[in-house]
Amino acid sequence: MSKAIVTIIGSDRVGIIAGIANVMAEANVNILDISQSVIREYFTMIMMVDLAGASASFAELRRRLDGAGEALGVKVEIQREDIFQAMHRI
Amino acid sequence: MKHLSYSGEEILETIQMVRTEQLDIRTITIGVSLLDCVSASTETLCRNIYDKVTARARNLRQVGSEIAQEFGIPIVNYRIAVTPVSLVSGAIPPGDLVRVAETLDRAADALGVDFIGGFSALVEKGMTPADTALIAALPDALAGTRRVCASVNVGSTRAGLNMDAIAEMGRALRRTAALTADQGSIGCAKLVVFCNAVEDNPFMAGAFHGAGEGDCVVNVGVSGPGVVLKAIEAAGAVDFGKLTATIRQTAFKITRAGELVGRTAAQRLGIPFGIIDLSLAPTPAEGDSVARILEAIGVGQVGGHGSTAALALLNDAVKKGGAMASSYVGGLSGAFIPVSEDIGMIQAAEAGAITIDKLEAMTSVCSVGLDMIVVPGDTPAETLSAIIADEAAIGMINKKTTAVRIIPAAGKGVGESVDFGGLLGRAPVMPVHASSAERLIGRGGRIPSPLQALVN
Repeated sequence: MSKAIVTIIGSDRVGIIAGIANVMAEANVNILDISQSVIREYFTMIMMVDLAGASASFAELRRRLDGAGEALGVKVEIQREDIFQAMHRI
Repeated sequence: MKHLSYSGEEILETIQMVRTEQLDIRTITIGVSLLDCVSASTETLCRNIYDKVTARARNLRQVGSEIAQEFGIPIVNYRIAVTPVSLVSGAIPPGDLVRVAETLDRAADALGVDFIGGFSALVEKGMTPADTALIAALPDALAGTRRVCASVNVGSTRAGLNMDAIAEMGRALRRTAALTADQGSIGCAKLVVFCNAVEDNPFMAGAFHGAGEGDCVVNVGVSGPGVVLKAIEAAGAVDFGKLTATIRQTAFKITRAGELVGRTAAQRLGIPFGIIDLSLAPTPAEGDSVARILEAIGVGQVGGHGSTAALALLNDAVKKGGAMASSYVGGLSGAFIPVSEDIGMIQAAEAGAITIDKLEAMTSVCSVGLDMIVVPGDTPAETLSAIIADEAAIGMINKKTTAVRIIPAAGKGVGESVDFGGLLGRAPVMPVHASSAERLIGRGGRIPSPLQALVN
């Protein structure tokens, strides 16, 4: 199972979820979970996605997300889940 | 929330460490054994070395860049460490050593790595003709190459100090400084003199692939002075128990990130994973400074009273956090205190707040030693040797690695400064003691191994 976490940071507005979800759908990436909240004064949306059936490479997906983030005026980060597992779980 | 097993705070903390606190993987270093490259023909030896190094590390940059993208953590440097060259050069003519250095330089260039370490000799007990030839070749090798790093181990707790080698290194430093005078004597910045050198250190300029290592290995050096600094600042005016806990927890997270990157890199390169070296390695960037950490702990300015105590607690807490995070912590693992590569150190040296004497004291409680210190170009070779001997004595008695990377900048005196550019940074010329060490260094022979060596 190859999972990644997508973090979207910026100000809340109409269409952020739709915009990002669209990139995922086009790359055949399944969204497993979404949460959103205000953390440290930032509007933050966090998605857990499954890359197992992805039709685009990681680098390509990152490029598309950067483009979508720019259009929506938010910062988008995608990282494999392992890094959070390593840093935050004993 | 059945899939999302991390809190938003945790996820943001990781992102912030990278984006604003300069968390990075400082180096992925592939160690390559040259023992099977040996030949009595210089041409064959050089061809074997070039072919093996470039074949083993061919995918390093590509794999590193993929991993950096996927984990969202920058990998700053890619490096190669090879078997100490004097172990494979014994059968070639002594005058051909420089050709071996040039071969290493070409291999590094072909791979796109910034440094290749291992133009080295281990002479803590004595010198073979090959060791003598390598040390004699150091000035020309360092002046004639860009990416080759050299090191010489002149002492150990088990063997004592080879004072003949230490005397020779003082002269080698002067010659190297003279040959690279037009670049601030930069050749000396690529030459480390060790006591108790470690065989799996991924950091330059002192990396080499020890004779006890396997054929090929991936070692990783993580860094993160900025992350530790921010954590200490956020903790506020807590007591030492809470302060060290904060540093330990931060070191744990950094080490875990590094180990994941190292193991992933090793797997994709098809090379065994060796160790993670958890060293707080500063860069000249503001906020990436070990000196600033000591000042955040409470020292007025680095070099002032309390610096050694603050560094001791920092170094210890970093190790404890790191040791908990990975089964294979190795290399140097501690805090580095280079002068030219740390903005807080540079400022303290410029203000005269830190001296070589205080730096020497600080090296007794941290890794590694007198690092990237610029001294006047007319410093006598015997004085340089005596500085090396002092530092090596600290290592020998305290059973730790110490190193000296000192630059007698040709044509420069106190009040001037040298700019090496990039990660090597810049530094003011620091004064040395005027009294002569000629009689001490002139004695020759070995300082016997200390009582600490008799542990069997």
